[in-house]
Amino acid sequence: MERFSVQEKELREILPEKTLKTRLPQVQINRETKPALPRYRNEIAKYIIYRSDDCIRCGKCAELCPYHVHVLKPGYKYFAMPKSYLCTGEACQKTDHYCITQCPQKALRIIKNPMIEALGDYRWPADMLLATWRMAETGEPPLSEYEYNYQAGESGGGFDRIRFKFPETPPVELQDDEIDTSILLNHRDDGRPQIQIDVPWYGGGMSFGSVSNVTQLSKVRAATAFNTFSCSGEGGYMERMRPYDDHMITQVATGLFGVREETIQRVRIVEFKYAQGAKPGLGGHLLGDKNTPAVAKIREAVVGISLFSPFPFHSVYSIEDHMKHLDWIKHVNRRALLSTKVSTPTDVDMVAVGSYSAGTHIIHLDGGYGGTGAAPDIAKKNIAMPIEYAIAKVHKFLVDEGAREKVVLIASGGIRTAHDIAKAIALGADGVVVGTAEMIALGCVRCSRCSAGRGCPRGIATTDPGLVTQIDIEWGTQRLINLYSAWRKDLIEILKRFGLRSVRELVGRSDLLMHLDFTNDILNELTGK
Amino acid sequence: MPEKYHIKTTPVPPRLPRIGKHGIVDWREDCARCHNCVKKACVYDRHRQEAAYIRNLKYSDFLFFECMGCFSCVQNCTKDLLCLTINSEYKKLGNHYWTPEIIHITWQQAETAAVPVSGAGYRGKFSGHGFDSMWTDMSEIVRPTRDGIHGREYISTSVDIGKKPSYLTFDSDQNISGLPAVIDIPMPMIVDMNPAEFTLPQLESYIIEAVKLTDLIAIVDSAKWPAALNDSQMKNIEAYLPHIAFHLNPDAPEIPFDVLRKTRLVEIPDHDDVLSRIAELKEKYPGLIISVRVALDSKGVDRTVELSRLGAEVIHTVADFNGNEIGVDSPGFIKDRIREIHTTLIKEGIRDEVTIIASGGFALPEHMAKGLLCGADVISIYLPLLIALECRLCNTCRPGLICPARLEDISFEYGVGRMRNLIAAWHLQLIELMGAMGMREARRLRGDVGRAMFFEELEEEIFGTLFGSRKRA
Ligand code: SF4
Ligand code: SF4
Ligand code: SF4
Ligand code: SF4
Repeated sequence: MERFSVQEKELREILPEKTLKTRLPQVQINRETKPALPRYRNEIAKYIIYRSDDCIRCGKCAELCPYHVHVLKPGYKYFAMPKSYLCTGEACQKTDHYCITQCPQKALRIIKNPMIEALGDYRWPADMLLATWRMAETGEPPLSEYEYNYQAGESGGGFDRIRFKFPETPPVELQDDEIDTSILLNHRDDGRPQIQIDVPWYGGGMSFGSVSNVTQLSKVRAATAFNTFSCSGEGGYMERMRPYDDHMITQVATGLFGVREETIQRVRIVEFKYAQGAKPGLGGHLLGDKNTPAVAKIREAVVGISLFSPFPFHSVYSIEDHMKHLDWIKHVNRRALLSTKVSTPTDVDMVAVGSYSAGTHIIHLDGGYGGTGAAPDIAKKNIAMPIEYAIAKVHKFLVDEGAREKVVLIASGGIRTAHDIAKAIALGADGVVVGTAEMIALGCVRCSRCSAGRGCPRGIATTDPGLVTQIDIEWGTQRLINLYSAWRKDLIEILKRFGLRSVRELVGRSDLLMHLDFTNDILNELTGK
Repeated sequence: MPEKYHIKTTPVPPRLPRIGKHGIVDWREDCARCHNCVKKACVYDRHRQEAAYIRNLKYSDFLFFECMGCFSCVQNCTKDLLCLTINSEYKKLGNHYWTPEIIHITWQQAETAAVPVSGAGYRGKFSGHGFDSMWTDMSEIVRPTRDGIHGREYISTSVDIGKKPSYLTFDSDQNISGLPAVIDIPMPMIVDMNPAEFTLPQLESYIIEAVKLTDLIAIVDSAKWPAALNDSQMKNIEAYLPHIAFHLNPDAPEIPFDVLRKTRLVEIPDHDDVLSRIAELKEKYPGLIISVRVALDSKGVDRTVELSRLGAEVIHTVADFNGNEIGVDSPGFIKDRIREIHTTLIKEGIRDEVTIIASGGFALPEHMAKGLLCGADVISIYLPLLIALECRLCNTCRPGLICPARLEDISFEYGVGRMRNLIAAWHLQLIELMGAMGMREARRLRGDVGRAMFFEELEEEIFGTLFGSRKRA
């Protein structure tokens, strides 16, 4: 409370009177990890354990299995159904606790789950999904015994072919708590506040309508716990988010839905969205029947009419016009940092340097393969440059132009794991924005039906009153806190192996990366040896 | 505002049960018969539909595979008895180039005429063979126009077939003179003739109807005249002829003068004396535009360039179904060969004097845009229209073999409707890509590689400076 009143005093000096009056006390959320069990009865498992009627309930398996697959609850006569998803399967065979062979009755049987074939895709293979679910459940990176191949996907390019060149032993021995994962979001020294976030990522914009408000609230609450941010997306700003204003980014997108002086003044970061990776260069269209009273209210629109987000800003024809936009926001909110979200055209480097010169604090590149929302398949697959190229290209250009130190470069569009985060940073970003991974943590299976009919059957990307009840806010928040914690641990592990004390030292260190399809012999090639 | 090109569509549902990707296998033994079985909770009501389907089984060779793959029932079943599987029939659709995904998305467009939309980001490979090794550009602020909501409303997808003069000439009255005839088609696409491998008796009349409805042109083998048109089309033949381009098959009887005269485009096979054949046709049919069909084999690129030099006005360069050069050991792909042809013609200063129609491997609407960016003026397709009819490219459509898609049973309305819908969906998607690029005219896409990004080039330009040379091709 004391911290709050100090903050309040500072705010009084900068916030307009009417914003101060409507400002709600800001909530703090504990960062502690706690188990957040899967919400379905049968968590999808790599291996399935069957127990036959020959079991005499001797309890040996329960005693042996260190992962608590076999549970005989006190007072129960029969074993509960094996928790197959906890079983390490093949890896267990080599140990001395393999229940299958040690059961005196030979009552146990193990198979590979044939359903795994139907799970996941090239970008999010089954192992990556399973590992992300485990992280969201436990708050820890998955144990190596599970042999999840989750650090890269199977898309055959970009991050999925890039690896770290870890030294055999770290150049310096560091303890976890000596490693700093925070980054700063204002490199301009322009008198605006410095904002530090404790992890080098924040949550992407997902509008109310495209996801439920439980999903939105879970996201911002986890962001609050990690002293980072979440973004409103283009759908306006729910009243229930206001206790988290300090961790919200108000998005000003082309439809200007929910953009008011007050929604701009409440927050510490305002983001201009020019384009998005899911449908670069295309506008949005919310069908009339999805414009329900709740959606219409926060978008400040009339119920039942179709809502268009045109492309692009009809008021922007040039970098100078963009600058006018930024100046407008800077004027309305004197404490805000500004972010400019663009997609990745061929001349993404010029776009980036242009927005830098227009005065943005953060350049947010959203690569062509990104996005969580519904988008035309043709756009997702074909339009704009994958983020891996864009980061390297923009970083280099900003360095050459002498502007890299003055601006924060944030990347998104296909960042799935802590390894992707570290690779993006090593390619030249300061930090990243994540989206899909958060959905996965909440139980998304990537069935892609988010926009069809009633929306997400799993209650994440929907506003259908019957479907949204599947998730409660506490659970959702905890799953995301757990995911963030696990990522942070993975990231610290990477930094530790390189002997780096801060994630800020990793920025642009592409010399620590290798690409499986290249000779990785750049030094010799440059010197002609 | 002039009337815009718009294809009127209505949904045309499939005739056969859908071959979906996912199905639920139910190991019924040990079922607890829960009062509130998870099957009732399927958001898409698939289990009930499946039960109804099985009760009225019409096609014993089709199982029910319409599950949307959300895993909800599977994960909630009290006894964990359900299993989500990938349909083995789905995996068998098409071939390595015409993948199950392509077949599936084509069916979807032929049914709905809509742009396929899905959530949760991109799921596919980073890049791939052929057209998958390039991306199209977008612009943050450049629009086709600032009129309308997205600026897309004013995009023109029209292109011309024929010679375009590089300068204007005027007669003594100061009127422009000597303009060569050109055909303006509303979309950079024509329909090729039935390849022999997939010959099915009655498809020409469907295709002709579909291209008339969409104001396009179909190439028809002159051997099929007059059988290609049905009775009602024959009665109104004048309306159809502008949409037919006869491929003058040397082994077939000549097309009557009065018929050929009323068409706009004609195609002749390439041969040594092709120029005198062109001259002969030009003499007889001055307004007719003549295209030479050149196989994209080991000599295809050179021959296309040579014919352009010699003054051919349209060249139809034809690769195999999968877009590969024909009869070559390690064949090049159509997009790369078209780029070669285009750049050579630019260098020689004759690019506008010839229209290049590219064919082979154009399976998705993005391939149309990419083909143009690589240098084609127009593309030609056939297989996508066949797939629209629920064909799955099993390649058994020969006398004596049974077509699993029962193409012999289709009705005229169904066939024409599905093809029209597919063309409409391709048109909408071309507009999506052009809108993102900020391009207002499909004519200007031709050869504009600045609006494209190529995998090999990005790898070299960006990763090459970080990681050395690329090892894999
Ligand atoms: S070890 Fe075998 S017999 Fe003993 S409780 Fe386990 S399954 Fe049953
Ligand atoms: S195989 Fe190993 S991990 Fe799996 S249930 Fe048995 S003891 Fe546990
Ligand atoms: S509809 Fe499917 S892909 Fe979309 S959020 Fe829900 S589970 Fe994920
Ligand atoms: S997995 Fe989902 S879509 Fe498929 S049958 Fe079950 S509940 Fe329905």
